[in-house]
Amino acid sequence: MTAPPTSEIVYRHTRIVRIAHWINALCFLLLLLSGLQIFNAHPMLYWGQAGANFDRPWLSISGGFPDLLTLPNHRDLGAGRNWHFFFAWMLVINGLLYIAFSLTNRHFARDILPDRQELKPAHLWEQIVHHAQFKRITGPAAKRYNTLQKLAYVVVIFVLFPLIILTGLTMSPGFNAIAPVFLDLFGGRQSARSLHFIAANLLVAFLLIHLVEVVVAGAWNEIRSMITGKFTVPPAAPEQTP
Amino acid sequence: MKDFLTRRRLLTGGAITLGGLALTGCDALFASPGFRSFLGNGEALTMAAQRALMVGQPLAREFSERDISPIFKANGTKNPNTPVYNALAAGSFNTWRLQIDGLVDRPLSLSLADLRAIPARTQITRHDCVEGWSAIGKWQGAQLGPLLQAVGLKPNARFAVMHCADNYGGGADMYYESIDLVDGFHPQTILAYSLNGQPLDVAHGAPLRLRVERQLGYKHAKYLMRIEMVERLDAFGRGRGGYWEDRGYEWYAGI
Ligand code: HEM
Repeated sequence: MTAPPTSEIVYRHTRIVRIAHWINALCFLLLLLSGLQIFNAHPMLYWGQAGANFDRPWLSISGGFPDLLTLPNHRDLGAGRNWHFFFAWMLVINGLLYIAFSLTNRHFARDILPDRQELKPAHLWEQIVHHAQFKRITGPAAKRYNTLQKLAYVVVIFVLFPLIILTGLTMSPGFNAIAPVFLDLFGGRQSARSLHFIAANLLVAFLLIHLVEVVVAGAWNEIRSMITGKFTVPPAAPEQTP
Repeated sequence: MKDFLTRRRLLTGGAITLGGLALTGCDALFASPGFRSFLGNGEALTMAAQRALMVGQPLAREFSERDISPIFKANGTKNPNTPVYNALAAGSFNTWRLQIDGLVDRPLSLSLADLRAIPARTQITRHDCVEGWSAIGKWQGAQLGPLLQAVGLKPNARFAVMHCADNYGGGADMYYESIDLVDGFHPQTILAYSLNGQPLDVAHGAPLRLRVERQLGYKHAKYLMRIEMVERLDAFGRGRGGYWEDRGYEWYAGI
């Protein structure tokens, strides 16, 4: 580690993004664990409107997930549902506030949505190769989210979270009476349950990559930037090879 | 590179330790009644939101004959098997009566024949178990709303408590459930005596069960004996309005 004395410090994340991010991370983890508790009450998934033991599941995990991965960490469906629905509300309220702020202060337009230039195949390919080498991005380029990072955030914010929330609601018999159109959109309550589970898995996949990227980019610097907002721009080093 | 590896190890190790601590912490937190009732705010929010959005009391989706599940899973008590119930069943429920009483002006006692003589509602609906599975079946029965009108509710009657003939798992507590007047007067809330064109069988709640289609399965009390109109729910069971509610499940089971 040869840290040059002239490292530049930038203000990377607004307070709104930082608060919303950590509330979201907490909600997501609790929803995931309590979700596995709920899944374990009937660890089979079906396509269509209905589905129970005598129907054909497309996924069946006998015994369900280990208790260690569930909240609470013993069988208690009632408690799991209490956790799940409370933190589902927190996630939704937090998410709506985050979206409202990000639209008004142009966070989405400025930082999250890739521009035309970035979506050119040549540029994307360059980024993919760079990522595949697990290279830390340095210099001025490190001040902004890179293109693949932006695309991952776009998918998470505008596809996976809306999908997991709407499929969750579509499992609610009360919500079905209010907005039956979602039964048609997702192909039925049991399809919605399957899609909810798939969306959760994709978010876990995102989270694992997200955490690896945080480490690649410099864990302490990154996490500090999401807590205090301050980020030390890794200086561009001309020679990367040892 | 070395630096990277140790950091990663530190981070994952730390995350696992923290995660483990957090999880046991979660369970400890949940054991405190204060925290549990704090989480219960989620249920209050869900009920308030759903009720606000149920403009005009929309119906649960009704399906076609084609959609009926080949086998309708029976859950919970599959046979009350108490001396009282067995005697009723042995007599084909001819001596069975449904009492409707409590905070009403004109209590009623209805036989199965009486219930069948009331104009029936038939509905093919999806039954959603709290465990996660669903089954579609065709139910027929008498709407609860007109019956509540017939008995004349006293002004302070707020809930209908369903008293059942079964004690789930053979315990001391008899099964019971409760709904409020919004669901009580909903057109799809029926006292069902028939499933898929057949008289209700014992596994599915013979002779009579409640259907309250915008809520989960445990609200649909089976083996009905008595409907008592009340102002408060705390006098029954452990005071939370139902057998499963007393065991930590939501009273408002619209989700
Ligand atoms: C719990 C462990 C987590 C850690 C340590 C973590 C860390 C971080 C860091 C350091 C950033 C800033 C990246 C940068 O500046 O380039 C970030 C951004 C982000 N993270 Fe996480 N994260 C975690 C969990 C999650 C979860 C569970 C989600 C969603 C499922 C998530 C979604 C996001 C999104 C959408 C952004 C972009 C925020 C914005 O700019 O509006 N993170 N995360």
